[in-house]
Amino acid sequence: MTTVPDRLDRRFRDEAASAGLLDVAYDFTDSPIGTLLVAASERGVCRISFDPEPERELDALATAFGVRVLRAPGPVEIVRRELDEYFEGARREFDLQVDLTPLPGFQRAVLEELVRVPYGHVDTYGGLAQRIGKPRAARAVGGALNRNPIPIVVPCHRIVGATGSLVGYAGGLERKEALLGLEGALLT
Amino acid sequence: MIPPFERFYEERKDEVFGYLARLLGREAAEDAFQETFLRALRAYGELEHGRHLRAWAFTIATRVAVDVRRKATPLAEAPELPVHDERPAYAELDHLTGRLPPTERAAVVLRYGYDLSYDDIGAALGSSAEAARAAASSGVRRLRTKEAS
Repeated sequence: MTTVPDRLDRRFRDEAASAGLLDVAYDFTDSPIGTLLVAASERGVCRISFDPEPERELDALATAFGVRVLRAPGPVEIVRRELDEYFEGARREFDLQVDLTPLPGFQRAVLEELVRVPYGHVDTYGGLAQRIGKPRAARAVGGALNRNPIPIVVPCHRIVGATGSLVGYAGGLERKEALLGLEGALLT
Repeated sequence: MIPPFERFYEERKDEVFGYLARLLGREAAEDAFQETFLRALRAYGELEHGRHLRAWAFTIATRVAVDVRRKATPLAEAPELPVHDERPAYAELDHLTGRLPPTERAAVVLRYGYDLSYDDIGAALGSSAEAARAAASSGVRRLRTKEAS
């Protein structure tokens, strides 16, 4: 069967992105904590996924942002670069725009507040609940963090239990520990 | 349900490229390929369902090929088609259909090379199933005449 040459395939993907025809562009990137799927809408980075299962991810992205989802390295290059710098220890803050628009209001409020927790610091679920004006919502805050679509950049790894225990992480506790270790924030 | 564009593109890109290469020659097929999937992408968000996506892809490709042909060489000077395929049906079609008028050529290639229904071919050619059937029959008749001569 005739197959499309790689350069032609790449040319189409680049043109689709630069013509602004995509709801979401995504690509994969290697990191010290495994391969990540990185996706961006026109508003900013909208998904970072550990252990990505592309089929499921694409369906989820299409449902949340629109069906014009295409693997296209161009728009996510800046995200890859900032993640690389972060993992090299050369970046402490991300300059990326994030797109949280499909999320329910409460989760958005939690994640927008979470972005203020600085590199190398930790806060607690209760502390974060307090900061969004819902001091009794620590458990709901935990739920919101567990479904954080943009881990690392929206740093849910910086939220720990009241006793300083790591508690949980959607990407697995080893990754949470690795990220906090990288930032020099481990409490032990 | 409409699949994410990535899945549609990955499933269709090779056969659409092969089809365009058969209609236009490999070199012209590259620009036509780009144009086909850009047109598809522009329209994709407006689709109401995901049925007939394969036929839809061929429809766009056919229209792009017709546009390219109109702008480029006169039909009588259609390029030789340097496309090789492991499927004998395709290979035969390549050298046989090269001199057919474009509508008949598209109808024959879509029917016998890609197994599209006449409904779908009619849509691809901007006509009806009956007209598609007629174009394919006429193309086949013309090929038989040529073979015989």
